[in-house]
Amino acid sequence: MATTAADDDRSPRKPSSLLELFRVFSRLALQGFGGVIPIAHVELVERERWLSPEEFVELLAIGQVLPGPNIINVAVIFGDRWFGWRGALAAVAGLLTFPLAIVLSLAFVYQSFASLPLVTGALRGMGVVAAGLIVSTAIKLLKTFSGNPLGLPLSLALALAILVLVGFLRWPLIWAVLGLGIPAIAFAWKRLEAKRREARQ
Amino acid sequence: MSAWEIFGLHGKTAIDLVLTSLHFMMLSLLSVGGTLATAPDMQNFLVVIHGWMNDAQFTSSIAIGQAAPGPNVLFVALLGLNVAGFAGAIITLVSIMLPSSFLTLRVGRLRLKRADSLFLRAFTSGLSPLTLGLLLSTGWLLTAPTRGEWGAIVLIVLTVVVMVRTKTSPLVLIAIGALAGMLGLV
Repeated sequence: MATTAADDDRSPRKPSSLLELFRVFSRLALQGFGGVIPIAHVELVERERWLSPEEFVELLAIGQVLPGPNIINVAVIFGDRWFGWRGALAAVAGLLTFPLAIVLSLAFVYQSFASLPLVTGALRGMGVVAAGLIVSTAIKLLKTFSGNPLGLPLSLALALAILVLVGFLRWPLIWAVLGLGIPAIAFAWKRLEAKRREARQ
Repeated sequence: MSAWEIFGLHGKTAIDLVLTSLHFMMLSLLSVGGTLATAPDMQNFLVVIHGWMNDAQFTSSIAIGQAAPGPNVLFVALLGLNVAGFAGAIITLVSIMLPSSFLTLRVGRLRLKRADSLFLRAFTSGLSPLTLGLLLSTGWLLTAPTRGEWGAIVLIVLTVVVMVRTKTSPLVLIAIGALAGMLGLV
């Protein structure tokens, strides 16, 4: 089969070995503070050219829909694509090994000095900021609600219901997800189908 | 507690560890909006039900996780560290990732061409309000050790405004938080 110029243009390269997969995923994980996804785009699409921008978006979309950390899901599918389950393992190990060593060392140091007021104070302050960071992630998610087929009022009502049930009343997550998530998915489906039918007419 | 105790199991039995592992495996399959969205359930399980750590330890685990490089999910290893030392860290981290990764491996091989198909769109748009509610719940629970303190309220509002309005690195804010804490402002 002839290779076309278009194929050459994109020149999708591929990881040559499990070790290279491990190395590249290690490198991108170690640069990721507060989110590895943007770094993954730079490393996998721009630097290594293992994925085209479209392939990256598609991979990320699947990674986000499935349960589990998005970047771990991306690593699993990408690694598996080239080297089967060993590739998935190498990519995930790359993401986790060095950051895990760093995080455990930090915890070890923290426990060694936990009796010092300066250290407990620092951790208290960092905890407050951590809460703020998570709330700001939530606010960024809120900006996507205008396009939600559930509509803005229902989306907000659902979010508020979850905050009350899980955050304040401490319901187990599984009841909240089964009780509210499944009806919400069904309703979104109905709305999307109705929209599609309208579009056809 | 001496730092070297993190090599021990903190008096947890094998049954404790198996139950923790199973609970985190269940949460793995529920973590559609990312692992931080399951943090309220983890707090309920580890702090409220079992009393294996206090609110300050729970919040610190997430804060250290955010300050370190790498995927967010690593905070789960720090929770495990508080439960049963290094063994606990490995057990919780593997448990939170194994079921979802296995599912991802299977689904990835289906080579879904249409990530925008009707069902997938209904799935994501139906669940994203839940994710929002869960993230707000996580934020609320993290404030437990400092709740009602004016310094903490100001710092949270500052963090949210800076993150939403500017492209500042979260690391800068975490450093400001650490400094504010050392100075006794929060």
